[in-house]
Amino acid sequence: MNLKTFKEFLIEKLIFLSGVTSIMLVILIFIFLTKEGLSLFKAVSLKDFLLGHYWYPISEPSQFGILPLILGSLFVTMGATIISVPIGVASAVYIAEIAPPRMKEVLKSGIEILAAIPSVVIGFIGMTTLVPFVKNALNLPTGLTAFSGSVMLAFMAMPTVVSIAEDALNAVPKKYKEAAFALGATHWQTIWRVVLRAASSGIVAAIMLGIGRVIGETMAVMMITGNAARIPTSLFQPVRTLTATIAAEMGETVQGSDHYHALFAIGIVLFVITFIINLIADFAVHRKLK
Amino acid sequence: MRHNAYQTQKIAFVLLFIATVLVVLPVIFIVFIIVQKGWHAITWEFLTAIPKNGMREGGIFPAIVGTVYLVVGTLIFALPLGVLSAIYLTEYSKDNLLTRLIKLAIINLAGVPSVVYGLFGLGIFVIFLKFGSSILAGSLTLAIMVLPIIITTTKEALDSVPQSFREVSLSLGASKWQTIQYSVLPHALPGILTGVILAISRAAGETAPILFTVAAFYLPHLPQSIFDQAMALPYHLYVISTQVPNVSVEIRYGTALVLLVMVLSANFVAIVIRSKFRKMKKW
Repeated sequence: MNLKTFKEFLIEKLIFLSGVTSIMLVILIFIFLTKEGLSLFKAVSLKDFLLGHYWYPISEPSQFGILPLILGSLFVTMGATIISVPIGVASAVYIAEIAPPRMKEVLKSGIEILAAIPSVVIGFIGMTTLVPFVKNALNLPTGLTAFSGSVMLAFMAMPTVVSIAEDALNAVPKKYKEAAFALGATHWQTIWRVVLRAASSGIVAAIMLGIGRVIGETMAVMMITGNAARIPTSLFQPVRTLTATIAAEMGETVQGSDHYHALFAIGIVLFVITFIINLIADFAVHRKLK
Repeated sequence: MRHNAYQTQKIAFVLLFIATVLVVLPVIFIVFIIVQKGWHAITWEFLTAIPKNGMREGGIFPAIVGTVYLVVGTLIFALPLGVLSAIYLTEYSKDNLLTRLIKLAIINLAGVPSVVYGLFGLGIFVIFLKFGSSILAGSLTLAIMVLPIIITTTKEALDSVPQSFREVSLSLGASKWQTIQYSVLPHALPGILTGVILAISRAAGETAPILFTVAAFYLPHLPQSIFDQAMALPYHLYVISTQVPNVSVEIRYGTALVLLVMVLSANFVAIVIRSKFRKMKKW
């Protein structure tokens, strides 16, 4: 083997190693989360962890029930999904089917910019504008509520929903539309009865990925939702999400304490939830291709 | 009957248009309000001085520098790894289970919540590898987070290089790596650059992954080595808007403006490069 083929051999090995890095990273993330998180279950049962009603990590005796946090995440996510899905899909339809080419470019750039705004900036704007507005308009004791979080997170989910739904709409074969037009359908009838239906699995993927984005969002949520670890009964109460709990408390825990392990255990819960959401989205995308 | 169908269409299209406005309007609103309330704070001192009086006065220089260090560190790790990984996927991988798993892993990495990256970085880099809370640990954590962005944009760029370019090079006796190096990568460069810039913008703006891996609440001096903690712009904005009472509105908005300008100008450059590249394509 001469030097040149040896060099080529080395480079190809390096390329292969880089190729499989992603798999190794996913495994490593899971290993490190479980390594630090599973120790919690020596002190607390899985049932008490997932279904316990009280999150009192630093009181004596401490309680590590994450049900209020799960419900907090659920409330915020549901609110954001209800707002962002109809608006997001509708605007994807407008961009993919109706907007003239130049306007399309401008709109897509605008959505890209929305996606680029850091979550801490969204949180900051929410704190200074939306939160006082919600407080006054609805006459609440505080504007730091699940509702305010939902509204700001809906904006953050929008770019994901719009761009993936738009891809799905663009992937619908042209002949479907031509056939509908040939039968005398109007443009809107074609969109409503043919294009949207043909793109439905891609739209499902867009919705799932939008939900994944919202569940995982941390900074904006922590700044806007009020962070009260109580079981919420309405959208207009302060809530605390899984992500915000980790971000807010990790800095103050003692390494190796039950509290520390509990925060990693929450990390496992988040990792598993987003993993499942991504699997469903991936499944939906691949079903579309067949 | 016909008349009704067109009536419905008109209403539907108006609703779709309103939805689109609802998506785009907040962007304009957010940018406008931050510029309007923040630009008074932007002075030479604000950009180049260290924070004073419990961050209620002075500037944000250490936070800007920290963010620049972190972005550079992130790219050092993520760029080679991401580009090589994309090369593997487009040029070498076969249509088999391994490839399917790699693609699934990339999708999952893109979906992992940023705060979970923070936990992972804390577990592996800060504690297990004993880097401590440092620029090194923070950069590595951010690098893993932006890896999917670089891989997917690079892969897209490589895929768009016509197959015939590779065939010609191979038929002239070039090896596979030479072909990639001289006939494929140069044509994919603008696309790769777009991915790099998007990664920069993401790394500069994220807060959750750096919370426990590098970010310092307040440092009166600049970091001296990669094993030092650093202040960072997004974390600084979080700190002065929620943790420190009585910071003036102007300083808060000014910090938000500097962060927004850094992130959005990167994105703007990416958009320009991409549209130029699309027009330039000769094939």
